[in-house]
Amino acid sequence: MEDNNGKGKTRERIGVYVCHCGSNIAGVVDCPAVAEYARSLPDVVLARDYKYMCSDPGQTLIKDDIKEHGLTRVVVASCSPRMHEPTFRRACEQAGLNAYLFEMANIREHCSWVTDDKAKATEKAKALVSAAVRRVVWQQPLQTREVPVTPAAMVIGGGVAGIQAALEIADAGFKVYMVERDPSIGGHMAQLDKTFPTLDCSACILTPKMVSVSQHPNIELLAYSEVVDVQGYVGNFKVKVKKKARYVDEEKCRGCGICEEKCPGRVPSEFEEGLGKRKAIYRPFPQAVPNIPVLDRDNCLYFQRGRCRVCERFCDSNAIDYEQEDRFVDLDVGAIVLATGYDLFDASADMRYGYRRLDNVISALEFERMCNASGPTAGRILMANGKEPKSVAIIHCVGSRDTNYHQYCSRVCCMYSMKFAHLVKDRVGHDTKVFEFYTDLRAFGKGYEEFYNRVQEEGVTFVRGRPAEVTDVPETIDEVGKLIVQAENTLVSRQVRIPVDMVVLSGGLEPRSDTAEVARMFNISRSQDGFFLERHPKLDPVASMTDGVFVAGCCQGPKDIPDTVAQAAAAAVRAVGLMNKGKIQVEAATSMVQAELCSGCRVCNKLCPYSAITFDEEKKVSVINDAVCKGCGVVAAACPSDAIVSRHFTDAQILAEIEGVLV
Amino acid sequence: MGKQKWALYWAASCGGCEIAVLDVNEKILDIAAAADIVLWPCAMDFKYDDVRAMADRSIDVCLFNGAIRSSEQEEIARLLRAKSRVMVAFGSCACTGGIPGLANLTTKDEILDRVYIEAQSVVGNGHPVFPQPHTRVAEGDLELPVLYEEVSKLSQVIPVDYYLPGCPPTPDLIMTAVNAIATGQLPPPGAVIAGEKTLCDVCPRVKQEKKITRIYRPHQIIPEPQKCLLEQGLICCGPATREGCGAQCIQANMPCRGCFGPPAGVIDQGAKLVSAVASIYEGDTPESVAAMLEEIVDPAGTFYRYGMADSLLKRKRVGTAGK
Repeated sequence: MEDNNGKGKTRERIGVYVCHCGSNIAGVVDCPAVAEYARSLPDVVLARDYKYMCSDPGQTLIKDDIKEHGLTRVVVASCSPRMHEPTFRRACEQAGLNAYLFEMANIREHCSWVTDDKAKATEKAKALVSAAVRRVVWQQPLQTREVPVTPAAMVIGGGVAGIQAALEIADAGFKVYMVERDPSIGGHMAQLDKTFPTLDCSACILTPKMVSVSQHPNIELLAYSEVVDVQGYVGNFKVKVKKKARYVDEEKCRGCGICEEKCPGRVPSEFEEGLGKRKAIYRPFPQAVPNIPVLDRDNCLYFQRGRCRVCERFCDSNAIDYEQEDRFVDLDVGAIVLATGYDLFDASADMRYGYRRLDNVISALEFERMCNASGPTAGRILMANGKEPKSVAIIHCVGSRDTNYHQYCSRVCCMYSMKFAHLVKDRVGHDTKVFEFYTDLRAFGKGYEEFYNRVQEEGVTFVRGRPAEVTDVPETIDEVGKLIVQAENTLVSRQVRIPVDMVVLSGGLEPRSDTAEVARMFNISRSQDGFFLERHPKLDPVASMTDGVFVAGCCQGPKDIPDTVAQAAAAAVRAVGLMNKGKIQVEAATSMVQAELCSGCRVCNKLCPYSAITFDEEKKVSVINDAVCKGCGVVAAACPSDAIVSRHFTDAQILAEIEGVLV
Repeated sequence: MGKQKWALYWAASCGGCEIAVLDVNEKILDIAAAADIVLWPCAMDFKYDDVRAMADRSIDVCLFNGAIRSSEQEEIARLLRAKSRVMVAFGSCACTGGIPGLANLTTKDEILDRVYIEAQSVVGNGHPVFPQPHTRVAEGDLELPVLYEEVSKLSQVIPVDYYLPGCPPTPDLIMTAVNAIATGQLPPPGAVIAGEKTLCDVCPRVKQEKKITRIYRPHQIIPEPQKCLLEQGLICCGPATREGCGAQCIQANMPCRGCFGPPAGVIDQGAKLVSAVASIYEGDTPESVAAMLEEIVDPAGTFYRYGMADSLLKRKRVGTAGK
């Protein structure tokens, strides 16, 4: 114990455990050989290989060895630390060894799962074990700390996902701040007419929930607002929200709608997908929550030309306030649920289908608004000339399952396309011809296959093939004045040209255009398809990689309403669980400034994502607040004078690890 | 205590360190009073054989400037180490490899090709002649030192007792060292005779939270005299450079070039500079980051100007894999 290993370090007693992980590791890596090699490494007093280290007997092995052999350090070579580091750390602690004197070598994801070459995998496993052994010698005991959790949550996005999450959290007794960018909550679901496969009226099932949000004593709704800054960490986030100027005093407005009625301005309505008009002072739709209008400054006569003020004149409650400015509110929350939704794929990007170029080629959301009784056509499906179509083509997978746009399947388009077919038959008449151009039909949910059968029975024609183009150039007399869909019917290997009156493009779901900025703001990752990345695709699909930030709904990936609601409820439970505990353990591996080495260059000052670092003007040194530091290591890496030490990731530890790999 | 015996030697360096010794002006007389010089090839006529004839550890102090890149330099370094009680790495080249260390970004063959074939001043060399270590002539065998594949700092070749950094070391620091040696009040072995913290600690400029959006070369702007140069977009090596120079360049409105090497504890000065500059750059798109990289002309020569031989990587890889 007393002699020196040439590095100014006391001799340690290291135990090394090589896990077979059944055949996951042992199938490729020669585990006994790795253990044998480990015995030759400095300070290693014993090395074992075992079938499942994470099992109870595996953990007991470690605990017994710590006691019997006086181990002072433990190395387990097994899977990713993301899986079982907590398991083995706990085992060490139970045997009286500080958790930070444990180190893990990943010989599964990094070795056995990435190659079939047994010799090379074994060689690499030895190198990783060597690195861990050399590193663990330099590790120091650290103490974990607990901090309180703010008993409030923030839900970002007021679509069905956000609404569900907010209601669940609020019902569990916690304060919820709901932030919605648009003037009203409701999201895309509020725009839909019917929902598949049950054909419930979308608004009928959604608006009661919207009202519940506005009336719930635990929910504070910040509509027409955006998050502009997020600081802090799990349990203790500080969020800055911009409340955009509505020019209407929310306290005074009674939502009578007289301003909207009298306003002379008329502009295309975003909610109606541009098919209808709205006023310059408006609520996006009649059931808007909150029931308070927004004045659209860019289209207001008073703001643009300096006269009008009609809304002010008619408002009985003096709620119109042209002087209103954006306000910023700072909120403390313990957990965050991101439910920011999706954008519909812009079908004009795919030139072949003529969207925005040919009349009567419409998007899915335009079709939804057209079908809606309160929509621009009062529920009638009409062509540009005001007549009903006699034939309609519905094209699936626009922007989805297409290497030019998005490789993924958007999961909802098959079903909503068949819903459209049904609605055409229902609204226009059963003799209307409807053609579904599909790639593969995916009717996988509860009641979905039955709905597919139903639509088939209704006489809808299914053509398996992705159309090459939609054109208005006729080749035969029958095609004159029609839109012609050119496609290969792949079931009979034959080209077809089908003339129709209307084409509906079933666009896929894609990440919001500002997903990258939002991800950066909340410090979370995105998957390859651009949606927010869940912590684990199977075992943790509602958490993000950042503790305390959860994801729900289509911001995490395309999904239908039942899945969205389920995920939102799950995310809510996770947030509630966090707040219920009241306290959380925070990382012990924090960073610290060695004041005697700090020169006050201030390179680090703006880098900390948790605002844990400040500058002491008197002593001219930077200081880290240990309670706030998460030990991410950013400032330690940036510090040009090595005055900042990142505990558990010191230079000595990292260099020893590198040396271990290279030996 | 009798007069001390001192040796001064010049290996791979520009000679500025030799001039720096003379820069102490009239204090050179104090040096002369304190010590007898037994070797100083630059200034006085001594022979290597005189040194070889001396007993081991009979020289009190050797001030060794320059990096090691030839067989002669290594041979004399080893000789002086044996003969000297105290070995001082004098100046940036001896301490960290200095400017000659940048030769580690190329190879011996590339250097010889450049000098003996490609250089514009080489004429009529249809049959290139390279220097040979041994040449037979009628009078006997002529020997030239061999150029090494890589440049090393002094301590990579022989044990060094003290480091006196700077390109060149300032007269003040030289006198501090001389006085310490003359009076026997030496710091613990291995010490660097300069400050411990970085230049920022003594820099008189006002430092604020740092964010930069573009990088300038010194000739592109005239910086404000009171404000931190790094905040003005100049790559100032001060944050990763040991203080002790008296902030001379800073006071002349020029960014620090890093000649004093890393402060205590820093393993790789250039890597630290790279991460510091990258950390304060306010680019958030791949394009803006690429634009910043374009603005840094010669990054290796900027961040590792004096520290290439002292860096973790030390040199470019030699052999087919590196080419």
